[in-house]
Amino acid sequence: MDTIIESLPMLWEGLKMTLYIFAIAIVLGFLIGLIMALLRLAPVKVLNWIAKIFVDAIRGTPFIVQLFFIYFGLNSFSWVSLDNVWAGIVTVAINAGAYFAEIIRAGIQSIDKGQTEAARSLGLNQSQNMRYIILPQAFRRMLPTITNQAIISLKDTSLLSIIGVADLTQRGRVIVSATFEPFTIYLALGVMYFIIIYLLSLLSSYLERRFVLR
Amino acid sequence: MSMIQVSNLKKSFGELEVIKDISTAVEPSEVVCVIGPSGSGKSTFLRCLNRLEEISGGHVYIDGADITDPKNNINVIRQKVGMVFQHFNLFPHMTVLENLTLAPVKLGKLKQEAAEKKALGLLDKVGLGAKAKAYPGELSGGQKQRVAIARALAMDPKVMLFDEPTSALDPEMVGDVLGVMKDLAKEGMTMIVVTHEMGFAAEVADRVLFIDGGYIVEENVPNELFGNPQHVRTKAFLSKVL
Ligand SMILES: Nc1ncnc2c1ncn2[C@@H]1O[C@H](COP(=O)(O)OP(=O)(O)O)[C@@H](O)[C@H]1O
Ligand SMILES: [Mg+2]
Repeated sequence: MDTIIESLPMLWEGLKMTLYIFAIAIVLGFLIGLIMALLRLAPVKVLNWIAKIFVDAIRGTPFIVQLFFIYFGLNSFSWVSLDNVWAGIVTVAINAGAYFAEIIRAGIQSIDKGQTEAARSLGLNQSQNMRYIILPQAFRRMLPTITNQAIISLKDTSLLSIIGVADLTQRGRVIVSATFEPFTIYLALGVMYFIIIYLLSLLSSYLERRFVLR
Repeated sequence: MSMIQVSNLKKSFGELEVIKDISTAVEPSEVVCVIGPSGSGKSTFLRCLNRLEEISGGHVYIDGADITDPKNNINVIRQKVGMVFQHFNLFPHMTVLENLTLAPVKLGKLKQEAAEKKALGLLDKVGLGAKAKAYPGELSGGQKQRVAIARALAMDPKVMLFDEPTSALDPEMVGDVLGVMKDLAKEGMTMIVVTHEMGFAAEVADRVLFIDGGYIVEENVPNELFGNPQHVRTKAFLSKVL
């Protein structure tokens, strides 16, 4: 018990880092996903292919390989200098982006064609149709799947400890190597992750109720 | 000048030639009903008029503007052409009022306040003034379709296209919707109505087109077309539906 209380300030620092990385990466990832989904559905073959290759490449490779590729691979070029935190953020963002792209694409395609026809017949152009009619409906429908992916991405951030990012997991490892109490420390770590994820899913179901399609 | 002029319209989906050669003109304030067997291309014809379908040949002019001429902005032309769909296609994430105000406001036709005022007026007109704050999901089919008509009218169109507006409705709802359409016709709206409601066509239409096999097989004033059809295919069709 004492160990936990003594290590709380350090774990708190780690938790802040984890949330910081997660917050930036999930927003970036969502933007990447949105752009890729729109490219995938654009009436231009080349754009469809670019998006498809991106999505397939990310979904077809392990997260750790992506992380090493970005942190060690890209950093081997003299004109790239990503510290481990930013390499981590970029990896999580790109990885989440590929999955978001598929979620958003499916969400857009799930909206009845009649919606677009009604919007266009009123004189709205295609981007106004997307913005006011299709995306708002698609996002409501996608919320559970988006949350799910956000939770996966949050858990992925713990892998960044491998490249030395001082996140929650890494802080835990450091404390364990000093205190030799892996059972208590990793249990505490698990509880902390669980609480964040639980809060995330609460937020999601609140939003779902709030924006339920009538 | 005709409000709508169609000359030698053709429309194929791949190999399937749905509209082979249709020419007609609709004058301002004219009400034209389109009848024909299911699958004969009535919806396709209507959807070609506002370019929801790209036409394969011929020309369509709305208020004098060639809709496929790259010089004409189709989004501007569409503002003049209201469309009402069989399945309403209301925007379910918006209130009834928002359904009506979205296009006029976003397209810069009206300021929010003016658009709301106009929308409330239109809702009163279709008998749904009390439903402004409701969501489409809370309305009956007949109410939805009247909202859809009001939504199209909110853009002040010069023409209204109706694609079987009552065929998805329970019978007891049909009358209200047809009533709204009759009022519109009386006010002088130019209308093209694809319908199976022969009674409505007989009462309201200035002219009825019978479409089959990709052509206008026969067209006439309703009395003549219903009472004295000339073509065998018209006779066969009418004998089934009358
Ligand atoms: N988007 C489409 N792609 C392929 N075929 C279509 C499409 N829309 C309509 N068709 C076909 O065109 C024909 C006419 O359809 P439609 O205009 O809906 O007929 P109607 O409204 O008279 O019942 C039908 O055979 C239908 O299957
Ligand atoms: Mg039809």
